[in-house]
Amino acid sequence: MPRTPIFLEKRSYRQRRMMDAVRLMPFLGLMLWMVPLLWPLPEATPAPGTDDAAMPMSVALRYLFGVWALLTLASWALWRRTRSIASGEGPAESVDGPR
Amino acid sequence: MVSLNQLVAVCLMYVAGLFIVAFAAERAALRGRGGWLLRSPLIYTLSLSIYCTAWTFYGAVGYAARSGLEYVTIYLGPSLVMIGWWWGLRRLVRIGRSHRVTSIADLISSRYGKSNALAIVVTVMAVIGVTPYIALQLQSVILSLSIFAAPNMPLAEAGGDVINRGQAALWVAAGLTLFTVLFGTRNLNVNERHHGVVIAIAVEAVVKLLALVAVGVYVIWGLAGGLSETLTRIDASDIGQWEVQGSRWAALTMLSGAALLCLPRMFQVMVVENDDERQLQIASWAFPLYLMLMSLFVVPIAVVGLDLMPEGSNPDLFVLSLPLSQGQNGLAMLSFLGGFSSATSMVIVATLALSTMVSNHIVMPIWLALRREGATQSGDVRNIVILARRLSIFCVVGLGYLYYRASGGSGALAAIGTISFGGVAQFLPAMLGGVLWRGATRAGALWGLGTGFALWVFTMLLPSFGADVALSSATLEHGLWGLAWLRPEALFGVTGIDPTVHAVVWSLSLNTLAFVVVSLFSFPAPLERLQGAQFVNVFDHSGPARGWTASVAGSEDLMIMAQRILGAVEAQAFFTREAERQGHGARLPEPTPRFVQALERELAASVGAATAHAMVAQIVGGASVSVQDLLAVADESAQMLEYSSQLETKSRELTETAAQLRTANEKLTQLSLQKDSFLSQISHELRTPMTSIRSFSEILRDAPKLSDADKNRYASIIHSETIRLTRLLDDLLDLSVLENGQVTLNQRKGSLRDLLDLAVITAQAGAARPLEVQRDLQAEDITLYSDLDRLVQVFINLVTNARKYCAAAVPQLVITPRVEPDGLVIDFVDNGQGIDAASEALIFEKFSRITGEGDGAGLGLAICREIMLRLGGEISFLGDLPGTAFRVKLPASAVSQVHPSA
Repeated sequence: MPRTPIFLEKRSYRQRRMMDAVRLMPFLGLMLWMVPLLWPLPEATPAPGTDDAAMPMSVALRYLFGVWALLTLASWALWRRTRSIASGEGPAESVDGPR
Repeated sequence: MVSLNQLVAVCLMYVAGLFIVAFAAERAALRGRGGWLLRSPLIYTLSLSIYCTAWTFYGAVGYAARSGLEYVTIYLGPSLVMIGWWWGLRRLVRIGRSHRVTSIADLISSRYGKSNALAIVVTVMAVIGVTPYIALQLQSVILSLSIFAAPNMPLAEAGGDVINRGQAALWVAAGLTLFTVLFGTRNLNVNERHHGVVIAIAVEAVVKLLALVAVGVYVIWGLAGGLSETLTRIDASDIGQWEVQGSRWAALTMLSGAALLCLPRMFQVMVVENDDERQLQIASWAFPLYLMLMSLFVVPIAVVGLDLMPEGSNPDLFVLSLPLSQGQNGLAMLSFLGGFSSATSMVIVATLALSTMVSNHIVMPIWLALRREGATQSGDVRNIVILARRLSIFCVVGLGYLYYRASGGSGALAAIGTISFGGVAQFLPAMLGGVLWRGATRAGALWGLGTGFALWVFTMLLPSFGADVALSSATLEHGLWGLAWLRPEALFGVTGIDPTVHAVVWSLSLNTLAFVVVSLFSFPAPLERLQGAQFVNVFDHSGPARGWTASVAGSEDLMIMAQRILGAVEAQAFFTREAERQGHGARLPEPTPRFVQALERELAASVGAATAHAMVAQIVGGASVSVQDLLAVADESAQMLEYSSQLETKSRELTETAAQLRTANEKLTQLSLQKDSFLSQISHELRTPMTSIRSFSEILRDAPKLSDADKNRYASIIHSETIRLTRLLDDLLDLSVLENGQVTLNQRKGSLRDLLDLAVITAQAGAARPLEVQRDLQAEDITLYSDLDRLVQVFINLVTNARKYCAAAVPQLVITPRVEPDGLVIDFVDNGQGIDAASEALIFEKFSRITGEGDGAGLGLAICREIMLRLGGEISFLGDLPGTAFRVKLPASAVSQVHPSA
C-alpha cells in the first residue's frame, strides 16, 4: 500500500482546507445562533435604568436572518470550491489526515 | 368574493394538475427519459421541503403572533443539520444506498442485527408520533376551507356550521389516500423511487413558497407600506421585544434538528429517495435558503395581522385571512393552495413512509409467521406486499382522521407539531449511536427507545390532552400514584422548567443514558456485530455482510420466491445478470453466499431488511450467521491450520529425503565409477603377468635351440608370474569375500606375542634385506580372543609393507602394543620417509600403490581394512609421526573376554 504523502501540493492542500471549512460550518452556525441566549429578557431586567435593555424585535430579526444569509452564502461558496472532491472521497480523508 | 364552490373547483384542478405531473414523471422515468430532471439536485432540495408542513405554513404565523421569534427555532435546527451534512447526513445517505434501506425503522433494525422486534418498536413509535401530525394537516385544510366558507365570521374556528367538517376531512383524507396509493405503491421496490410523488411534492414546494412569499410581499409593501415602516411596526407591536426563554430556544433548535433526521417522511425523501451524494451537497446550502425564505415573512404577517384583524381572530390563519379581509381574492386563493400543498405533500410522504414501515415490519412478518409452509409456497407475495402497503396507507390516514375527529380539531397547531417532534426525536440516540458507534447493541437500542418513548408519552403526549382526559388532574398535580417525583411536568422533583424543555431534556437524556449504559454492558449477537461494523465503517467498505451458508438453498426456490416479490420479469433479469456475473451460461446462478446476499439486498428494497432476511432464511435454512456457524468456521480454519502445518512438515521431510536420495545417488555414481576403474585396473593387473607368461611360453615353444639354463630361467619366470597371478586372484577373492560379508570368523584364543612372532617370521622369509623389528615383549603378553588367522594376515601385511617400502638405510620397525580402556592398540612405526598427505586418503583403496614399485597388486591394505572391520576394530594411518605409522585397534571384547582366564 503506497504511503500517503505528508505534505501536499498547493491545490490539494487548499481543497483539504476547504473541506475543513465545510466541516466546521455547522459549529459556526450553532455558535452564532445561540448568541440570543445572552440577550436580556424583558422580565429579567427589572433593575431601574435598564428597562430599555430588552432586545427590539427588528434587531433580533436582522441578526438572525443576517446570520442565516451569511451561512447560506458561505455554504454555497464552499460548495462551489469543493463540489469536485467532496462526493468522491473516501474515509482516508479524515479530519486528521495529511496536512 | 370567492365562493366555496369556486375554491373547491380550483382545488380540484390543482390536484388534477398534480396527478398529471406525477403521472408524466412516472411515465418519463419508466421510459428512461427526463432523468436529468428527476435526479436533479433542485428536485431533491424541493422534495426536502415537505419539512415545511401546514403547521409551518399557517402555524408559524400563529406561533410568531403568540411567542415572538421562537417559531424560528423550528427552522434553525434543520438548517444547522443540513449545513453540517458532512457529519451525519452524508453517512446516513451512504448507508441508505449501500444497504438499500427502506425506512428509518429498517435502518435501525438492520443496524442492530436485522432485528424485527426493534423494527416493530420503531414503527409503532413512529405511527403514534406521526398520527397527530397527520390529523393536524387535515385540520389545517379544513380550517382554511371554513375560512372561505364563512369569511365574515370573526371567529374563524366557528365555521363548523357552514361546512360539515367531518365530511370535508373525510373527503380530503380519501383524496390523499387515493393519490398515495396510486403513486406510492405503483412499484414495489422502494429503491426504484417514487418519481411521481417526488415531482408532485417538488411542485407543491414551489407553490407553497411562492404563496407565502407573495403574501409576505403584499403585507410588507402593500399593507404596511415598506420595509422600514414594517420594522417600526414590528417593534411597536405586542411581540416587539425579544422574549424567548433561552432554554426553549436551545431545546427547540436541537429538537427540530433531531426531528429532521428522525421524521419518517424526512428520512424517506432525504435518504431513501436520494440517489446521488452530490444532491445532498447542493441541498446543504439550498435547503437552508428555502427555509430562510419560508420564515422570512412570518413576523411581518403576524404583526400586521395582529394589527388589522379583529380581536379574537385565529392567528394560525392570518396567512389566509389577511388577504381575504383586504379583498385580495387571488392572493387568498394562492395562499390557500400553498397551505393545501403543504398539508397534502406532508400527508402523502408521511403516509408513504409509515405504510412502508407498517407493511414491512408488522404486516409481512405476521403474514409470514401465519403461513407456516414458508415463502416458497403458493400465493403471490408481491401482491400481498402491495396489498399490505395499501392497507397500511388506509390505516395510517384513517388513524389520522380518527385522531382529528376525536380531538375535535382543537389545540394550537404548533403544540401538536412540537409533541410529534419530541416523539420521533427519540430515535436519534439509537440511530446516530448505531451509525457512529460500533459498541451500540440491540438491547441498548431497545432500552433507550423504550425509556425515551415512555417518558415522552408520560411527560409530553398525555399532558397535552389536558387535565382529566388522559391523565387525571391529581396525577398532574401530585404525580403518578401520588409519588411527587413522578409528576409529568416536574420529574424527580425538578420544578420551574418549561414543560416542553422539561419533557425533551428528560426523555432524550434518559433515552441516551439507557442506550449507552445497556450497550456497554450487553454483548451483541454475531450478525449485529457484522452489521455494526458495516454501518460504522460504511466509507471503508460498502460491501455487504457476507454470511449466508447457502449450500442448501436451491436456486429454484430462491427464484420462485424472488419472482413473487420482485415480479417475474425483474426477478429473471436479476437472476440472469447474476448468472452472467458468475461467469457461466446457465440461466440460474449458483447459490453462492455473494449471490444470496445480493438477492437479500434486492428483496430488502421491497419488503425491508428484516423481512427479506426472514424470507431468505426460510429457504436457505437458519439464520445466516449463528454462533455455531462461527464456531464451525473457526474450527474449520483451525483444522486447516493444522493440516497446513502437517503439509509443511511433510514437505520438509520430502526435502530431506530428496537430499538423502541425492547423496545416495552421488554415492552410487561414485561407486559405479569405482567399479569401472576397478575393472580396468583388474584387467591391467591381470594382463601384465599374462603377457609375460605368454611371451616366455612362446619362446619355449618356438625357439629350437635353447640352453637348459635359459629354459629353466624362462620356465621359472612363467612359474613366478603364475604365482603372482594366483596371489592376485587369491587377494581379489579374499577381498570380495570380506567385502560381501560372507567371511566366517574362526574365533579362538591366542597370544599376541605368538601372532607377532609368526607375522615377523613369515614377512621376513626370503627377504634380501632384513628389516630390524623392535618389539616390546613384555607388553605383548596379552591373550586375545579373535580370528587369529585373519589378524596374522594383517600383521604380515604391515610388516611386509615396512620391509618393502621403507627407504631408510637401516630399515627399522617398532611395534608397540598397549591396552586401552576401549580395546587393544598396536602401532607399527617404521623409520621411512612416510607418505605424503595427498596420498593418505588413498592408501586403503584397492590397487593404490604409492610409489609404483613393488610387486603387490595394491590390495594388501584394502584387505587389512576389511579384515579389521570384520573383527570389530579398525586400521588407520598416523600421519603425525615421523616415518610411516599404522595403528591397529582391536575392540575391548577381544581383550577383556580373556582377561579373567589370563
